[in-house]
Amino acid sequence: MESPSRRPAGFSDRKQRPPGAVLYGKGLRTLSIATVVAITTALTLVFFYAPLEAEQGFLQKIFYVHVPLAIIALCGFVLGGLLAIQHLRTRDPRWDMRSYVVIHMSLIFAVGTLITGSIWAKGSWGHWWVWSEPTLVSFLIIFLLYATYQPLRFAIEDPERQSRYASVFAITAGAFVPLNFIAVRLSTAYLHPRVLGSTSNLPGPMALTFLVSLLALSLLFATLCKYELTAKHTRAQLRALRRRLAGETTGMPARPRSAAPSLHHAAAPARAAGGPAL
Amino acid sequence: MIVATVLGETPALPLHTAGKYVAGAYIVLFALVLIYVAIMAIRLSRIERDLGELLSDLDKESTPKYPVKGHK
Repeated sequence: MESPSRRPAGFSDRKQRPPGAVLYGKGLRTLSIATVVAITTALTLVFFYAPLEAEQGFLQKIFYVHVPLAIIALCGFVLGGLLAIQHLRTRDPRWDMRSYVVIHMSLIFAVGTLITGSIWAKGSWGHWWVWSEPTLVSFLIIFLLYATYQPLRFAIEDPERQSRYASVFAITAGAFVPLNFIAVRLSTAYLHPRVLGSTSNLPGPMALTFLVSLLALSLLFATLCKYELTAKHTRAQLRALRRRLAGETTGMPARPRSAAPSLHHAAAPARAAGGPAL
Repeated sequence: MIVATVLGETPALPLHTAGKYVAGAYIVLFALVLIYVAIMAIRLSRIERDLGELLSDLDKESTPKYPVKGHK
């Protein structure tokens, strides 16, 4: 076992952490516990508290997972755009990293939305997919749009340019999301059930269950984002440590081409010397 | 005790026709989270391995090349 005094100093020691360095792992445990409690509560409410819906019966239980997933995914895409605005304003790579992680997570939630929606459609309408339904198709368009985000990043080798172009993409696509949502709501074909704006029509227990499910999945989203940010931060710290130990002049191997944002291209020399602050 | 009471009071879940769809939807969510956590675990193990390599490199550098006088 290595004695602590012989270990290379990272930022684990509070006194050695340079000012401005953010620890993303802080509060992760509390957030994780809150997520587990919220998800357990939501599942209990869904299966043992919320009444069965008159028309769809037990099948309507999918509503409590499908709709929150869709709402969080869409909000995440918009949030990714807002974080990208902040990145372009400040040129701070940390905002680019946050935008990247939020969009990445929203994409995963969007996959969940599409799959659960298809399952619900099959049970309710008898088809896995209905092309004439504007809500489904518009969500698919948004998903496909964001599916190009990572390939776009990967296609650009220069990290500085990559982050700038990715931010422009995130802002443009983020503005498209609410426009698309409004356009769909203005359309007249209302085969797909309306949720937002009509939650007051839900009976009390159903509305409560829906809100708890929304909260639980929002917490899950936040936890996973924080988890990924912490992992990326640790990886960046490790890379910086390796660079410091090898000496900047010895010519470390170049960073492999990646779609993930780089934290070093805009980092100040002082920060680079002390490690990256995500 | 409370769980048993709740389950005792609750009617059996209607799993005949819609049950497979509902179960499928919730399993999808669970599977997505599980896959994500598994990928993150793989990345974490990679970080751990890199850190171990760094520590061993550091150990090699700090080990004196020639034995110190007085030591065998």
